[in-house]
Amino acid sequence: MGVDFEPRIVAFMCNWCTYAAADTAGVSRMQQPPNVLPIRVMCSGRVSPEMVLRTFRAGADGVLVMGCHIGDCHYNSGNHRTAKRIPLLRNLLSYAGINPDRLRLAWVSSAEAPRFVEVTNEFIKTIRALGPLSQGVTE
Amino acid sequence: MATLIIDGQEVHAEEGQTVLEVARANGFEIPTLCYHPQLEPYGACRLCIVEVIRRGRSRLETSCTYPARDGLVIKTKSPPVIEARAVILGLLLSRCPNVPVIQELALEYGITEPPFPVEDPEEKCILCGLCVRTCHELVKADVLNFSQRGIERRVGPPFLEKTRQCIGCGACTIVCPTGAIEIVLEQAGIYKEKPLGPTAAIWVPSLQAVPRVPVIDTDACIRFRQNDRTEGEIADACGVCQMVCEAGAINFDQQDEVVEVDVGTVIVATGFQMWDPAQLSQYSYGKSPNIITGMEFEHLSNAGGITSGEILLADGRKPEQVAIIHCVGSRDHNAHEYCSRICCMYSLKQAHLVRDKTDAAVYEFYMDMRAFGKGYEEFYERVQEEGVVMIRGRGAEVEVLPDGKLRVKGEDANLGRLVYVDVDMVVLSTAIEAPHDANQVAALFGLSRSVDGFFAEAHPKMRPVETNTGGVFLAGAAQAPKDVPDTVAHAGAAASMALALMDQGEVTISPAVAVVDEELCSGCKTCISLCPYTAISFIEEDNVARVNEALCKGCGTCVAACPAGAIEALHFTDEQIVAQIEGVLAWV
Repeated sequence: MGVDFEPRIVAFMCNWCTYAAADTAGVSRMQQPPNVLPIRVMCSGRVSPEMVLRTFRAGADGVLVMGCHIGDCHYNSGNHRTAKRIPLLRNLLSYAGINPDRLRLAWVSSAEAPRFVEVTNEFIKTIRALGPLSQGVTE
Repeated sequence: MATLIIDGQEVHAEEGQTVLEVARANGFEIPTLCYHPQLEPYGACRLCIVEVIRRGRSRLETSCTYPARDGLVIKTKSPPVIEARAVILGLLLSRCPNVPVIQELALEYGITEPPFPVEDPEEKCILCGLCVRTCHELVKADVLNFSQRGIERRVGPPFLEKTRQCIGCGACTIVCPTGAIEIVLEQAGIYKEKPLGPTAAIWVPSLQAVPRVPVIDTDACIRFRQNDRTEGEIADACGVCQMVCEAGAINFDQQDEVVEVDVGTVIVATGFQMWDPAQLSQYSYGKSPNIITGMEFEHLSNAGGITSGEILLADGRKPEQVAIIHCVGSRDHNAHEYCSRICCMYSLKQAHLVRDKTDAAVYEFYMDMRAFGKGYEEFYERVQEEGVVMIRGRGAEVEVLPDGKLRVKGEDANLGRLVYVDVDMVVLSTAIEAPHDANQVAALFGLSRSVDGFFAEAHPKMRPVETNTGGVFLAGAAQAPKDVPDTVAHAGAAASMALALMDQGEVTISPAVAVVDEELCSGCKTCISLCPYTAISFIEEDNVARVNEALCKGCGTCVAACPAGAIEALHFTDEQIVAQIEGVLAWV
């Protein structure tokens, strides 16, 4: 684990809650490291398990899936699917040789810009501790 | 119809009327103590006696019980009547020498001193039975009745003991002509002392209420309370309001009803609620009736309010010093962190009203004066010129002193030292907050809420009226604390945005919808139950799922779930997203 390791984290953010929170965090000039690479989706329910696996294969060290709080989904129940899929996928990740801690699901509403910064910073810390995800090496 | 002659004047009477009713309807004055238009006449006080001449024979009769028959000749002020009333008033005054209403009536008939020996100078009850009839006929609680006979006769509950039969409605105290009955506030409940005193069970919320009609507080109304506590056995108690309402507007059976309307747009203007200052104990709210909120001050200074607009203390005196504390519950990490925006200006207005209506000294404890609007700074200047003392620093604590005075402590930041002032009245400029049921409204319309609890607009700068739900707009304090001009402007914007949408007559939907590649679709129906909008239907003859583009909102839940990868979300296709992922990860 080199000191100069900079984790590359892909964050899937739903258009209505987390993407807005990230936007607000930026507008409010909240300090955050550039390790989080945002991908906007309309709903966290759009994020399929294959998509997460492809992201790891493409070289991400960690994947964050973020959406509205349960009950606040713009599409009423889209995040209910996410809430089922992501924990299930976490269980399967170790079979693929990936530490499940590299995938995290978090609910961040549009009003929670400080929480967005907090969640991402914490996740960056986790990934930094885990080190780079080396292709072909089982963790 | 009967025709009578009263004091030489011919009058007409309806069937069933009494002489008293006919005489009063025609403007003849007859004194009474035990008469009430909503109760059966009883003839107890005997003050209403008149001379009735029937078939040439003259008699003294109580007019409240005597039927107004055809051909009667009535004299209300003849010498025998005056003489008899004077004797009756002499007897009443001897029984109750210190009751103002009897003293005044006696004086009218020339009696200044009790003509008979006084047994108990504190006696107030004249045994007129008005309370007994009220309790029996109207309240139907049957708590009060006469007991004993002759000189032992008195009014009270059975065995003169406390009874659970009494519902504490207070009707007996209101009808009692001599003030002989008092309500004892033993238990809290609906008679919990309010800073502005108890209110009737039927009232108009405010003179400015729209629609300006009275509402019945069913928790306090005698009819509803009796109906509830006897589980419908006594369903027709009281009803005085219904009897006196000439328009017949009172309907006790009226229920809340659910009205369903189809609409194209919705404006959410659910407003705010006042924060309860009892949550911060340092302000001692509730510990003295003279510590009131700004809203209660508005009730007090309202010309249609209980004091007819006079600014008075709970004991009826005029205040000599008034303190107004700003930011109670606002800009406070223990309550709301935001600024409620309206309090500075309403506090200044209230200071101005106190200076205008009384000679009281006014002390304003403020942190910052946010006189932000057009003409506001000028008003602030004017209030200062009116002699209001401005103390820069939040009022830290209100202490109720043993003599009832209120000590307001705080820091004067300009002087850099702690100060206190003893006042008669404290007005707390309390925060405004999102209504307690804002969560349900948010869930109903798919709205999100900001950290402060108010509904979130689509964009804080560029889209302050729209929400993230198409066709739903925000107006006024539902979005954030606002004063009246800002609310009017915001509401006008919401109305015009709604009209613009309706005027178009059609909506443009986002092109980001899901489409099914029917060649790949295996007809497994996984997607159908997932769709929150039932936008996907299964086409039996082709054995494929098909998306209704008008219903689809493009969330992509079905796309992620399709085992065959047959559904694509336009503008968010797998290919596009993967390209983005690879693009961002190309960063080294």
